Amino acid sequence: MRLAVDALHLVLPGGHRALAGVSLGVARGERVAVIGPSGAGKTSLLRLLSLALRPSEGALTIADVDPWVLPARALQQLRGRIGMIHQAPPLPPRQRLVTAVLAGRLGAWGLWRGLASLAYPADIAGARATLARLDLAERLFDRCDRLSGGQLQRVGVARVIYQKPDLILADEPVSALDPQLADQTVGELQREAQSRGVTLVASLHAVDLALKWFPRIVGLRDGVVVFDCPPVRVSDAMLHELYATESQTLPVQGGAPLAHPEPLTRVARRGAQPLCR
Amino acid sequence: MQIGAAAAQRDPALPARVALTAVLLLLLWPALELTEFDPAKLLDPGNLQVMGRFLGTFFPLALGADFLGLVWRSALETLALATAGMALAVALAVPLSLAVSESLSVSRIGPAPRAWLRGMLRVPVRLLLVVMRSIPEIVWALLFVRAVGLGPAAGILAIAINYAGMLGKVYFEIYEAGDTRPARAVLQAGGGRLHAFFYGILPVSLPELVSYTVYRWECAIRASVVMGFVGAGGLGQQMELSMRMLAGGEVATMLVAFFALVMLADGISALLRKVLT
Repeated sequence: MRLAVDALHLVLPGGHRALAGVSLGVARGERVAVIGPSGAGKTSLLRLLSLALRPSEGALTIADVDPWVLPARALQQLRGRIGMIHQAPPLPPRQRLVTAVLAGRLGAWGLWRGLASLAYPADIAGARATLARLDLAERLFDRCDRLSGGQLQRVGVARVIYQKPDLILADEPVSALDPQLADQTVGELQREAQSRGVTLVASLHAVDLALKWFPRIVGLRDGVVVFDCPPVRVSDAMLHELYATESQTLPVQGGAPLAHPEPLTRVARRGAQPLCR
Repeated sequence: MQIGAAAAQRDPALPARVALTAVLLLLLWPALELTEFDPAKLLDPGNLQVMGRFLGTFFPLALGADFLGLVWRSALETLALATAGMALAVALAVPLSLAVSESLSVSRIGPAPRAWLRGMLRVPVRLLLVVMRSIPEIVWALLFVRAVGLGPAAGILAIAINYAGMLGKVYFEIYEAGDTRPARAVLQAGGGRLHAFFYGILPVSLPELVSYTVYRWECAIRASVVMGFVGAGGLGQQMELSMRMLAGGEVATMLVAFFALVMLADGISALLRKVLT
C-alpha cells in the first residue's frame, strides 16, 4: 500500500502542535523506521496514518486516495487493510489469546462469522500458527491477563499479522521485550512485510534495532522530519543531534555500542531541508 | 522569584475543589430545609409509641399451612414477574445502550466529517431512555392494569419499560467507564459496531454489567410489592390484602419471604461475580 503525506500538521486538542509540516512518501512494500526523542511526534504520525486522527492541515493519501473524503463504509474497508500495533496492546484482560488474535480479521469476516467465532473459534489452526511465530502457541487458550507485558505485546503483534493488512503500522512494538526477543519480533514483522509485499512503518525507541532491520530511517524531532536516510548514511553525529535533549547516551538495545557509519559534517537544522532525501 | 516558586509548589486543582465543596454544601442546605427533615421527630415519645404499636401487630407470625402455601405460590409469582420483567428490560436496554454509546461510534474516530450530525441521532434515543425511566414503575403499572387487566402481566410490562430505561443508561455508562481502547482497536481494524461491542466492550465490562443487572433484578422483586398494591400481582397483592384486613402476622411472614428472596438475589450476584472474574 502506497502512502503519501504532504506538509502534514496536527494540532492536538490541548493546543499542542504535535506535527509541524511532515512530508513523506512511502512506496508499496517499503519498510521505514521512525526514530526520535519522546514527544517528537512519532505516535501522532502513526495515528494519522492509521486513520485514527484527521490531520489539522496538509494532505494525506493512502493507496492514492484521500481517506477522509470516502463514504463511511469505504473508509471502514480501508481501515480493515491497515494493521496498527500499539505500544500497550488494547486487549481485554479476560479475553483468551485465540479470540484476541482472531479479532484481527473481523473487518474481513463480516458480522455473522465474527459473532459465530465467539461461540466457537473460527480458525484455531490459523491463530495457533500465528502465535507460534512469536513463541506463544502453547498459550493459545490462556487469558490475556495471565501474560506478562512482553508476552502481551507479542499477542498484539500476532493479531496484526493475522489480520493480513496491506499496511502495518507499529508504535514501539517491542518496547517491553528483552533485546533478544525484540530482535526476533522485529525480524518476524520484517519477514511478514517482505513475504507479502506489505508496507511497514514502525516507530522504534532502540536506534540499533532500527538501523539493523530497516532500509530507511526517518528521524523526527519537534514534529518535523530532520533526516530521511538509508541506515548506512545515518551518522553518530546525526543521532546525537536528534536526541540532543535526552541523555548523553543513545537509546540502544542492551547498551551495545553502535557501529560508526561515515560521519557527516552538517546536521540539518529545523526548517532546513532534511538530509539525504 | 520567591513568590513564583511558592506558586509553583501549590496544587493548581485546589481552588476548583474548594469551590465545588462550597457549592455542594450550599445546595444541600435548602434541600434539607425544603423537606422539613428533622431527625429529632423520630425520637419523639408519642411517635415511638405509634411505631411500636404498628410493629407489635406483626407478632406472632402467621404460619398456618394454607397461608404458607399461599405465600409460597405468591413468592414464586413475584420471582417469575421480576424475572420476566427483567428479561424484557434487558432485551430492550441492550440495543438502546449500543445506540447511544459513543465509544462504539465509528464516525467519532478522526472525527469523521459531519460526525456531529451522526451524534445528533443519539439524542432521541437518550430522550427515550429518560422518558422510560423518569415515569415511575407504579405509574406504568397503573397504565398497564387498565390495558391488560389485573394480574402479573401489567407488572411485567411496567418493570420492562421502566427498568429498560435505567439499564440502558447505566449499561452505556459502564461501557464508557471501562477501558474503551479494545473496542476502538476493533473499529480501527475495520470491524463494525457489534464486533466492537462483543470483542471490545463485553469482555472488559461483563462483571459490572452482570452485577448491576442482578442488583436491578433484586430491585424488581421489591418493586413488585409496590406494584402489587395497585393490582399487578405477586406477593405485593397478597400483602395489600393482609394489610387491609389488619393481619400484621401475615404481613410479617411475607416480609420474611421478601427477605429470603433478596438474600437469594444477593447470593446469585456474588456467585456470578466469582465465576466471571
